[in-house]
Amino acid sequence: MIEIVKESWPWYIAGPLIGLFVPALLLFDNKQFSISSTFRDFCAYVVPNPVEYFRYNSKEHLWRNIFVLGVLTGGALSALFLSNTNNVEISSNTLHDLKTLGISNFSGMAPAEIFSWSGLFSLKGVVFIIIGGFLVGFGTRYADGCTSGHAITGLSLLAPSSFIAVIGFFAGGLLSVHLLFPLILN
Amino acid sequence: MKYLVHLIFGILFGIILIKAEVVSWFRIQEMFRFQSFHMYGVIGSAVFVGALSVIIIRKFNIKTFSGDAVNLTPKPLKVYANFSGGLLFGLGWAFTGACPGPIYALIGNGLSVFIIVLVFAYLGTYSYGILRKRLPH
Repeated sequence: MIEIVKESWPWYIAGPLIGLFVPALLLFDNKQFSISSTFRDFCAYVVPNPVEYFRYNSKEHLWRNIFVLGVLTGGALSALFLSNTNNVEISSNTLHDLKTLGISNFSGMAPAEIFSWSGLFSLKGVVFIIIGGFLVGFGTRYADGCTSGHAITGLSLLAPSSFIAVIGFFAGGLLSVHLLFPLILN
Repeated sequence: MKYLVHLIFGILFGIILIKAEVVSWFRIQEMFRFQSFHMYGVIGSAVFVGALSVIIIRKFNIKTFSGDAVNLTPKPLKVYANFSGGLLFGLGWAFTGACPGPIYALIGNGLSVFIIVLVFAYLGTYSYGILRKRLPH
């Protein structure tokens, strides 16, 4: 059993399990799944600030900050007890495309030549780690949600706001991968 | 007690994200290059199960464990903000290979440089907070 769990899980196991978080959070505590809002909570907790966007009772939202603490813990537990040593088996077309762009390290979850402390101050590191992180924080809050709030929960509720946001997510991702990647990586 | 359950939910979610490789930069590349069904399968079947649950909750008027009406109010429609914010997030999602949940999961998983991704995500959110009134919504 534990050996099966250690393998990477197929989409038809992981996807439905992720979907179950929508009713689980609603029925247990009447909460809608929401992860990027913890960025806002963090700013509200940490910075004593005059900005209206961060003036609210963030303690009411303690649950989602405990949830993401759990996500972090889950990541650690997987590394300690459930990890297999295999690399991510990506499609040969993707492998070929990424090699053409100069990516050579395919072990682990992300290419080590970009996502490492030593790569942080190169052009790639600045774009992929620093600007990338900034855009994730800025964009999710401007859009009023991320993959959990808009794509999973919002689409489950057939929310028009979420359909538009998800179209935006994909437009941005396609723009990035097909237009900006060749410029930055070559 | 309530928070312990949220912690356990979070732990399970983190394990699923890692084990399904949803946190992998390589998987996000496959998705935006339309070269694998994996991510579409994960997101599609998650939405299918989520939507089915919402239909069941509505149809049978199911209440929360404490007996309240379930909050099924969607996020408000702000076409400009939903789209432009989404677009900016999409750019960042492709660069980092991680949406917010996976950022936390990857840090736990040992990819410590994602702490920098998280710090800049906080800064991004903070900048949005400052600029919000001047941005079209």
